[in-house]
Amino acid sequence: MDTVLSKYEPVIGLEIHAQMKTKSKAFCKCSAEFHSSPNSNVCPVCLGYPGTLPVLNENLVDHIIRMGFALNCSIRKVSIFARKNYFYPDLSKGYQITQFETPICENGFLDISLRNKETKRIGVTRIHMEEDAGKSIHDFHDDESLVDFNRCGVPLIEIVSEPDIRSTEEAFRYLSKIRQTLIYLEINDGNMEEGSLRCDANISVRLKGEKEFGTRCEIKNLNSFKNVSDAIDAEIFRQIKVIESGGNVVFNTMTFNAKEKTTSATRSKEEAHDYRYFPEPDLVKVTVTDEWKLKILESLPEFPDARCKRFMNEYSLPFSDSDEITQDKFFADYFEEAVSGLKSKDETSIRIVSNIVRAEVRRVLNEQKIGIKEFNIPGKVVSMIADSVFAGKVSVTASKEIFNILLKGNSEEEMISLFNKAESDLSQISDSSEIESVVLKVLDENPKEVQRYKGGEKKLAGFFVGKIMQESRGKANPKIVNELLLKNLETE
Amino acid sequence: MKKIPPGLKEIQKDLSLKNITCVDLVKNYLENINERKDLNVFISVFENEALARAAEIDAKLKSGKAGKLAGAVISVKDVISVKDKKLTCGSKILSGFETLYNATVIERLLSEDAIIIGKVNCDEFAMGSSNENSFFGPVKNPIDTTRVPGGSSGGSAASVAAKMCLLSLGSETGGSIRQPASFCGITGLKATYGRISRFGLVAFASSFDSIGIFGNNNYDIAALLKVISGHDSSDSTSSDISVPDYTELSEQKFKPEDIKIGFASEYFEEGLDPDIKKGVLEKIDSLKGKGFQVEEISLPHTKYVIQSYYILTSAEASSNLSRFDGVRYGYRSENSQTMEEMYVNSRSEGFGDEVKRRIMLGTYVLSAGYYDAYYRKAQKVRRLIMNDFENAFGKVDFIISPTTPNTAFRLGEKIEDPLSMYLNDIYTASVNLAGIPAISIPCGIDRNGLPFGIQIMGKKFDEPGLLKIWNNITE
Repeated sequence: MDTVLSKYEPVIGLEIHAQMKTKSKAFCKCSAEFHSSPNSNVCPVCLGYPGTLPVLNENLVDHIIRMGFALNCSIRKVSIFARKNYFYPDLSKGYQITQFETPICENGFLDISLRNKETKRIGVTRIHMEEDAGKSIHDFHDDESLVDFNRCGVPLIEIVSEPDIRSTEEAFRYLSKIRQTLIYLEINDGNMEEGSLRCDANISVRLKGEKEFGTRCEIKNLNSFKNVSDAIDAEIFRQIKVIESGGNVVFNTMTFNAKEKTTSATRSKEEAHDYRYFPEPDLVKVTVTDEWKLKILESLPEFPDARCKRFMNEYSLPFSDSDEITQDKFFADYFEEAVSGLKSKDETSIRIVSNIVRAEVRRVLNEQKIGIKEFNIPGKVVSMIADSVFAGKVSVTASKEIFNILLKGNSEEEMISLFNKAESDLSQISDSSEIESVVLKVLDENPKEVQRYKGGEKKLAGFFVGKIMQESRGKANPKIVNELLLKNLETE
Repeated sequence: MKKIPPGLKEIQKDLSLKNITCVDLVKNYLENINERKDLNVFISVFENEALARAAEIDAKLKSGKAGKLAGAVISVKDVISVKDKKLTCGSKILSGFETLYNATVIERLLSEDAIIIGKVNCDEFAMGSSNENSFFGPVKNPIDTTRVPGGSSGGSAASVAAKMCLLSLGSETGGSIRQPASFCGITGLKATYGRISRFGLVAFASSFDSIGIFGNNNYDIAALLKVISGHDSSDSTSSDISVPDYTELSEQKFKPEDIKIGFASEYFEEGLDPDIKKGVLEKIDSLKGKGFQVEEISLPHTKYVIQSYYILTSAEASSNLSRFDGVRYGYRSENSQTMEEMYVNSRSEGFGDEVKRRIMLGTYVLSAGYYDAYYRKAQKVRRLIMNDFENAFGKVDFIISPTTPNTAFRLGEKIEDPLSMYLNDIYTASVNLAGIPAISIPCGIDRNGLPFGIQIMGKKFDEPGLLKIWNNITE
């Protein structure tokens, strides 16, 4: 089968819907807050009461232009809204306000890095503004459905790629980078599980070398990275199977079954909706002046690629460390906060900060399943730890123990006093006679291991070092420990 | 009962002289409403509330703190939202629905101490030219109860003509104020699109809909217009052009030699009742006699007005009326098992024939494969019609025409023939396509004693001109 699969090439385009982080909804003053009790963020406008009118939230326009710049789009000076008409109980007005013929951002691109170190450019056809629908709940009652309109009218942008994607890996990388960009711009929280970021995939396959595209199918509502990858794989496989068995792929809207990892048709072209798009007469044109664009351009943050390069230059970090830190904007902000608090801006001390955030901080975030913004130790406390290591006051081993002690602190002041105490408790011992007494004690307590060492098991040196460090609570200067250990083992 | 003076100015004078009170006024109107229930004008009468408010305003008058519209008792077409009241739009589909908020115009009226006496009947969702398309039954013309009052704001026109209130708020999309004003022998003003906030007006065709005013004279209309006009942050299509002092301007007259009046032969062709033609032409002659310059102009795309009007308004209506689905409010059919049945049955049972006709027409012209041939083409025609008016207003200050091709017809006469009904909008709909203001002023009576109006169309935002020329025409 693999040889059959390798004859084909998939052609993929992604449509990504991202909920914009605005205070209020797209066309009314209701809060766009995610976690609220059902139907608490609603008003006559978003409930589609007779006589109400939409008024555009200009922050939505700000946000989409930011994304347009980030994806190298041209920004349309005058764009209009359209109505997309269909009936569903969670669509209060019977139409969705969106953009159709004149999206505000067009003709952009995004460069992605692949596993093989190559860079690929993916075209961005358009980005447009629209409003979300409410949420239908079908599994609460046996014989009736409920609707929560909190989400109805929440602002979204839809980012439509060109069919430039040629593999599941590329799709994954593209989606990741879109997500990263949204988070860097602070216009979306990147949370696919909660639905603030959703993805539809258009997929077709063709024989390698073929110029024409095959017939595409669209998989709707993919809500995790894993599902995006699995669904694309499943759909490519399904389409190749259809072609190989002599059939033709027909245009269909598909859904993905995550349990069985299969795709199946929900709607064929004949049954497709006719949305009857037409210009929204209740809203005026959106005019983006040069001044407006300039103001947004000036407020754009540094994007991940540029930041990674800067970290390599400014902080002399190796690419792998710099890339790892800059993946998450707020993580990179944290790192920079810690660096800026250092007493010595020495390369070595910056490297110590890098090690602490990538190892210790990351470990705690993973254990506690939290983001860096929820992490309790402030960056400047990390600078104190790194300064202390750099100055030789505490060992790296002791610094890890200090870090764990600080985790229990409730406020910055408390952490600083905890730090001062721990630093003096664990300050490095470089006094040879003091260390030697510990070395001798450990050797006395472990006569069997000493015998084995002398019998040739030289790797037991590590065992002794561990015991000595434990005994000295990480305070013994490792270099002196090594010297004294060898001296005593070899001479005895 | 004390006699009510004919206009707001006299009413406010009598109030200040304490010859009458607001309570007297409201009682008087309520008595007229109750005496003429046969006309079927009101859907809701706010009897107790209006009396209570009248007493409050009387108290304010005593302390000298009353608003500009103290003494103005107003009826409101039941397509405009008045908080905590039924809002029916003349339709079964809004059965049991009470709205949650005040339209901007209502807020503004109340803040100047107008009294709202009730909600008046209209064609369902303002679609119709006879007021026969109401779920609550037709309104009868107070002048001849065998005849229609016009539509869709038939209740508004009848309420003013039958002295059930001083003024009425109506709405129009293609002539629904001017035509019933003409049929009932009163004045009706349709302002420039964007002059008056639409927030709280249930949409029929958003890019056409305007709230407008019925009254007996230009001063009353001007006083109301001044209060309800102006930008509204809840309606992005409302204009931020400043609001002139209409009341003061309405007391002025034009010097005839300063003004050029356009006469378009397209508005005097076949289909126009001879009595109306004669009456309007005589009025034009008399204006000439007073020294006005009358110039022949051309509005060459007039023959496409009705077609493009019905395509565009039906398209917008088909979308605007999608929200009436039985999900959140209003009528939901009992006989439904599935979601689709709930939609189909609620809408089939809830809407009347004319509304369904327009939803189907509008859905059709927006459908894939037909959009370009109908909707897009009609938009282009609309642009040409706007250009016609722009060109004409480059030469003249006003355009004068009959308001309607005929006077009030008999109840039932045209209801089975939608096309002939649609032709009633032939002189009025172009104004809505172009977004300009126009006024219908009583002009004369026909051989049957029925009134007809003369229509004056003005440049965008020239409401002052229409209010002033009212004085020249009626003197």
